[in-house]
Parts: sequence; C-alpha cells; structure tokens
Amino acid sequence: MAVTRRRFIQIGGAAAGAAAVTGLGTRWWGLDGDPVPDPATAGDRVVPSYCELCFWGCGVLAHVRDGVVTKITGNPAHPLSNGQLCPRGAGATGLLYDPDRLKRPLLRREKRGDDVFEEVSWDAALNETAKRLEEVAERHGPEAVALFTHGSGGVWFKHFMKAWGSPNIGAPSYAQCRGPREAAFTVTYGTPLGSPEPLDIANARCITLIGSHLGENMHNTQVQELAEAIGKGAGLVVVDPRFSVAASKARYWLPVKPGTDIALLLAWMNVLVEEKLYDADYVARYTTGFEQLAKHVADKTPEWAWPITGVKPELIRASARFIGGARPASLVHPGRHTVWYGDDTQRERAMAILAALVGSWGRRGGYIAQEKFELAGYPLPADLPHHKGREKADLPKGGAYPLATEVLASGLCDATKPGHSLYDLKAWIVYGCNLMQAMPARRQLVETLQHLDFMMAVDVLPSEICGWADVVLPEATYLERDDDLSAPAYKRPFVAIRQEVVPPMYDSKPGWWIAKELASRTGLGAWFPWKDAKEYVRARLEKKGLSYAELAAKGALVGPPIATCEEEGLPVSASTADGKIQLFAKELQDLGFDPLPVYVPQEEGPPGSFRLLTGRSPLHTFGRTTNNRLLAEPYPENEVWVNADAARSLPGFEVRPLADGERVVLVNQDGIRSNPVRAKVTQRIRGDCVYLVHGWGQTAKKLRYAHGRGASDSDLTSRYKVDPIMGGTGMSVNFVRLERAGEAA
Amino acid sequence: MAPKSAAKRYGMAVDTRRCVGCNACVISCKTENRLPEGGFRDWIVQETWGTFPDLTMQIRSERCNHCSDTPCVAACPTGASHVAEGGVVMVNAAKCTGCKACMASCPYGARYVHPDGHVDKCTFCLHRVQKGQDPACVETCPTRALTFGDLADPGARVAQLLRARRHEVVKPEAGTEPNVFFLV
Repeated sequence: MAVTRRRFIQIGGAAAGAAAVTGLGTRWWGLDGDPVPDPATAGDRVVPSYCELCFWGCGVLAHVRDGVVTKITGNPAHPLSNGQLCPRGAGATGLLYDPDRLKRPLLRREKRGDDVFEEVSWDAALNETAKRLEEVAERHGPEAVALFTHGSGGVWFKHFMKAWGSPNIGAPSYAQCRGPREAAFTVTYGTPLGSPEPLDIANARCITLIGSHLGENMHNTQVQELAEAIGKGAGLVVVDPRFSVAASKARYWLPVKPGTDIALLLAWMNVLVEEKLYDADYVARYTTGFEQLAKHVADKTPEWAWPITGVKPELIRASARFIGGARPASLVHPGRHTVWYGDDTQRERAMAILAALVGSWGRRGGYIAQEKFELAGYPLPADLPHHKGREKADLPKGGAYPLATEVLASGLCDATKPGHSLYDLKAWIVYGCNLMQAMPARRQLVETLQHLDFMMAVDVLPSEICGWADVVLPEATYLERDDDLSAPAYKRPFVAIRQEVVPPMYDSKPGWWIAKELASRTGLGAWFPWKDAKEYVRARLEKKGLSYAELAAKGALVGPPIATCEEEGLPVSASTADGKIQLFAKELQDLGFDPLPVYVPQEEGPPGSFRLLTGRSPLHTFGRTTNNRLLAEPYPENEVWVNADAARSLPGFEVRPLADGERVVLVNQDGIRSNPVRAKVTQRIRGDCVYLVHGWGQTAKKLRYAHGRGASDSDLTSRYKVDPIMGGTGMSVNFVRLERAGEAA
Repeated sequence: MAPKSAAKRYGMAVDTRRCVGCNACVISCKTENRLPEGGFRDWIVQETWGTFPDLTMQIRSERCNHCSDTPCVAACPTGASHVAEGGVVMVNAAKCTGCKACMASCPYGARYVHPDGHVDKCTFCLHRVQKGQDPACVETCPTRALTFGDLADPGARVAQLLRARRHEVVKPEAGTEPNVFFLV
C-alpha cells in the first residue's frame, strides 16, 4: 500500500497518542509493536477422555502439543463436567509429569515395610506374583487372596478375582466413607444412593448440608449445581462446627457441637411435626410409621436440643421453618464421607426421614431418579470354570453388621489377623488405594500386614502402601491408558470413554494389561479373551449398535431424556418390601437396633483436648494428590484450624499464646504425635474441636514432595468406633492437644 | 483519552456469591499460560469479618484489574507495560528489564517476576479472546462465577450483570478505575 501524506499523518497521530500514555516512545512509527504472545498450549491433538484425579469421572479434553500434554479442559459434551473442571482435573498434568512416579516393576529385597526394592522386568515381577499367589491358593484356597481397589482400572482386577475365585473384594469408599449413608437409605427407601448421588441440587430452593462441605468437597457437577441454585436464589442451611465455604453462603449456619447432629435433626423434625410444616399428604400416601415418629420427636424440642447441640432454639426453629417452607424442593443433602461416631447409620436415617417429611424424595429439587446408559457386557466364553468357593471373609466370626451392603475393607484387614474371621486372608492385591491413609489405626494395620504371605500393589505413585508390598507394579496414569467405559446411573444417562492420550511413560503399563498378563500366567487367560481394552470397549459398544469412532471423537454420548421426578411424570416410589418409605424401620427393630434414630451422647475427650475433625481441600483428593506439584502450589500442606479464643487459653501456651501461622504438634489421646503443622488461628471454628484436611503427613520417602509435609490425621486416628448396623469405622472419635513445635514434651 | 476506534473495553465480573474459592481458575491459568513454578496470574482471597459465630466471608477470584488508569504503565521506563486492545494491560517481555517499577506501583500485587527475567501478569488470555474464546479461568470455573466480556457493549453479559447486580472493586481508593468487578 502506498503511504499517502494523509495516511502518514494519521499513523503519526496515533503513535503520538500512544507515546503520551506509555511515557517512552519506543513504538514510534509502530516499528516494534507489542505482539500478543500465544503460550501455545492449545493442542495440535485434542483427545477426549474421563478424569481420574478423583472418582467423579468428569469428561475432559486433553490437549497434546508435540507429544506433550499441555493442558486439560472440561468436555462440554460430558454431563458431569459440562465443559468445566475442578482444579484437580485441570491439574492432571501434575500427575502425568510427576518426577516421583513409579517407573519400573519392583521386587522387595529387605524386610516388609523397609521400602527397599529392586527394579525388575515385567516378566520377573509378574512371574513372581503368579507363583506367590498360587502358593497361597494351594495352601489356603483362592479365597485367601483379597483385593482392595479404588478407581476405574480396578475393574480389570475385580474381573481377575472373579476368575481366580475369591469374593473378597473391598473398597475403603464403603466402610470408611459413604457406607452408613447407603445402609440408611436402603432401610428407608429401599435403595442405596451410589455415586453420583441422585440429587437435583440445581432446582432446590433450600439446600441443607449436614456433614457436607460442598465447595471444599469439589464433586464438580454438584458444585456446579450448588452455584446454579444460589444464582437462582436458593437458601442454604449449613450444619458444621466450622464456618465452611458453604456456611459462608448460608442463610442459616448452625455451628453444632460435634457428635450431636442426631439431636439437632430430631429437634428439626419436632418443629416440622409440631408446626405441621411437613407434607401431610405425601407422608400419608408414601410413608409408613409417621405416628411412631411423631411420638418419638414430641419431646425433642429445640429447647431440649439446645444444651446438647449448642444451637439456640430460635435458630433451630427458624432453620426448620425454612426447610419446611421450601418443600418439596427442600433438599437434605445426604453427605458422602459419613463415618464419624459409630452411630452414623442412625444419623443418616434421621436425614433420610427428614427428606421424606418435606416430601422431597421423587420430587423436583429433591431426590430424583437416575438411569444407566444401556450397555452390553463383553461376551465371555460360555464354558469358563467358575470356582464355587467359600463366602466372603469380611465379617468377624459369628457374624455382625447385618445391613452392610458392600464388602468392608476394614473387615478384610481384620480377616488378615489369624483366627478373626471365617478363614484367614493371606495375600492382598492393592489397586490404587493407599490403605495407610484410607484406614483408621495405622499402627494396627502395620501389625496386620505382617501376617500376610504376599502383597502386590498396583499404583501410579510410590504411595505409602507400596512400601509394604512384596511386588510393586507401576500403572500408567489415566492419560496414558485405555480403560473400561464409564456409565454410572445419572439423570441424563450417558456413556464416556477413557482413551490413551499419550503412550505410557517409563515402563508403566495400563491396568487392563497387568490383569490380563497375571491371568495368563495363572492359567486364567480364557477369562481375558480380549486383545486389549480398546477391543473390549469396542465389542461392548458394537453389541448395542454404538459407534466406537463416534464415542472416541466426542468423549461422551448422552442417551434420550428420562423422567426423573413426579413433576416429569414419574410417580413417587420406594423400593422397600412394602413399597413405602420407612419412617419407622421395623427392619432395624427386628435386628435389635433402634427403629427410630436416638441421640446418644458421645464420649468427651480429656480436659484441654480438642476433637479432631477432618475434611477436604478443593485442590486435593486425599493423599492421592499431595505430591502433585501443580496442585500443591496454591495448597502445599494442611494446617490445623484452631479457634482464636481457644488459642488464647491453650494449656501450655500461657506465657506466649499460640499465634496464627505458628507450628504446632498434635498429640492424640494415645500419645501419637503428628509432624509439626502450621496453626490457622481463626474465628471460623468452634472452640471444642480442631480441623485438618485429610491426606497429609505422608511417610513414603519416594514421594519427595509430599514426604513429611503436613500432619497425618490418619495416624492420629488411632481409635475408631464401629457402626454396629453396617460396620462403618467412625473416625471422629479422637482427641488431640497442641504443643508448640520444637518444645519437647 | 480513549482511542478513536474506542470499541472495546474488556472487563470481568466475579460473582462472590457463586465462587467457592476452589482454585480451578488458578490451575487452569497456570497450564494455559505455561506459568513457572511459584508464578500466579490469578489467586483466591477469602476475607472474613466478625467473631464466632457471627461471621461473614467473601471469596474472590482475583487477578490484574486491567485498570483504566494504569500506574504500572506510567511507571514502566521501557514501555514494556502497555495498554493493548480492549484496554488489556500487558507486558512485552522483550522490552521488560525486570526493574519491578510496575510491581511497586501496582496496588493489587498482580505482577510477579518470571524466572526468565521479565515481569508477568494476567493478559485476560488475550490470545484466546482474539480467537473468540473466553479466558482459561472463565472457561473452567465450575461455579460460573466469572464472566468476561466487553464492558462497552451494553448487550454483553458482563455489562448486563453489572447493571443488574451490586458490585465493588478492590481498593477503589487507589483511584485506578479497575475493570474487574466483584458482584456481592
């Protein structure tokens, strides 16, 4: 273009203007402009998959540039992520490129737990494993092998166990997490809730959180819906000894004394019944036992609950009226980590009953119906020899925990102690779960481990449990492997694909390959007729006429819409024996348990001690992510929350009160001491408890970042109280005192 | 003086009622922009008032405010700090000597020194915006607390939100006229 005189003046004028702003005219004539730099992280390939940084299973898009995964974003086509991700999902590259990953198979060379290993070939590791497992089966039967599993790759090892002939397959996510909830909802409504929970948070007008710190607990879709509900003007009622993130958004925050939730729930029901705020029509049509319930709560007034819970009667009344006033779109969130005090099934029962009183089961803004995307299994040969062996060994001799709906991981640990159960477990396969932090009473667990003839651990990182294994097998991360389909029951039924984004690094292998190889070395190859996971998934899809290529390109396929609630034409129903919601549970009564929840006072701690409570950081999935350097940047280690007033009168701190940010050591009732940990001295917690985010204080030296960082709540949880109904291990029954770090006791 | 073509003035609304402070914005920014270890272009602030049990808390996802009155640009001796398209405040790494005059002048601590020797900060992901995409933090936010857009366009969602909702800026007394607004 020819520069005319007129054009020249225009350019000059613009540059002079710019110079006046910037102060120095290096950009005169526009000769050295300011480019907009592109960090070049958009992928030259973008591969859909589903996330494994927690167990929610959000759809992701993995961006790959020159063979390197640059970033992970949410897949808009996936109903659990809707295009958005939590920080952990976005931080998956911190796992993929973690320099401390397990790189090659390891064989133990020194005493169990010394964490001294030799790198060996896959052949050597798998042959050794096959030999040792077969020795155990020969001497003690195949049922003496137990599998602990958490995560999507566990599917392959569960299948291996089926072929092998052992029913002892457990996940800590039941008896150490959501178990009491599942038992309570099964008693009340005839069905456990599962994951993702069948909740219509987005359309609720009142959301009651009692034992859920949603927002710090980042189950992506639930947090998305919580924000949507808040945006639409929903009110929150939050019961928490801590001023949680959710509490800060609540219309009513009830800072309940830990361990007294049942009293509060009964008082709420008292108000609903006394003031006739419950849904009388719904209760009459769909429930049974209201008369007994009404009688049971008649004297559980807010005034009765006040000295127990520390929550003022007017606050109990006002919040109860709000909960009742919003019905039926009044959602009592069932929580997820529910193992606190050993009476947890009863607390969850009280929550389930409250949900029924406000008529929210089966209604919009409450508990809704979900369905699975219709899929087929992989066709297995018809002539596979099924082992008909002994029943599972997770219950103590003589039986217990009659309403356990899944295998108890804690029960499998107990069954490893000689003579405890129907028969002794002698070998463990541990897939992707660090039992050292998932289980309470770590020191007991260490003793238990010594009774094992053999332990194999499959993991991505050298987690603590790997240090106790005989064989450690390095699995590829979720970004480096194909896996089975993900199709949990959901309000929009869907199926999602996991696919290899980049090839496995080091000498790591996908779980499907490890399980198949192990099967072929133990004479069980016929159980694994697929060539690889891709072929397995393809066969499952094609049997239903679905296109592998389409799913691989989109990441998720969503099925036709379903009716999820009464408002959408689905009648309210319960799957109990008589089809009614069991307010009064005869089933419990017949088993010798309270048919209606009863408040029983919890044991108090020694004077000067605090009840130890635990929870989550939105940036971390327990101990699994504490070594992820990307996620650790904003949250490098946990801190102990201490009430500011309590901090001023701490025993042992008379001369110089505890200051915010100072390091302290937590000492529990059994004398167990934590690592030094920073104190967060805050108004945001009651004075009778302290709070730690779970997952820190890792003892695994090979986790070079996480090792020794923060305090381990697991180690301080030396005591637990077992729920007699379903075997959950209540863990909020430990008490700690604080010592200034560096001052010897 | 606004440029004659004055069209765009990019800004952001951060809904403090929706934000849970999860840090998804922080992590996605770090990977999107290849930020070095220890470098942040956005961050979470939780501000608490009151005493137990009468407490309030505001949660904010904060970043450079892309101010209309830019002390950082005025302080920059080399012209590295500049106002780019849509009022986005940028640092030209090639011109930056790492003298930190901009950091001293910024009331918000929005800038840090990159290990490569230059100062770095939020760009509103202008490289994405130019392609019609939202900034990475906005795209990932699980609570949809972040809304980015052209404040000069009355039809833009960000402008609509600012008309409909009460909002604040951080340190209004600094007089920098921020273009990041916090819906309260």
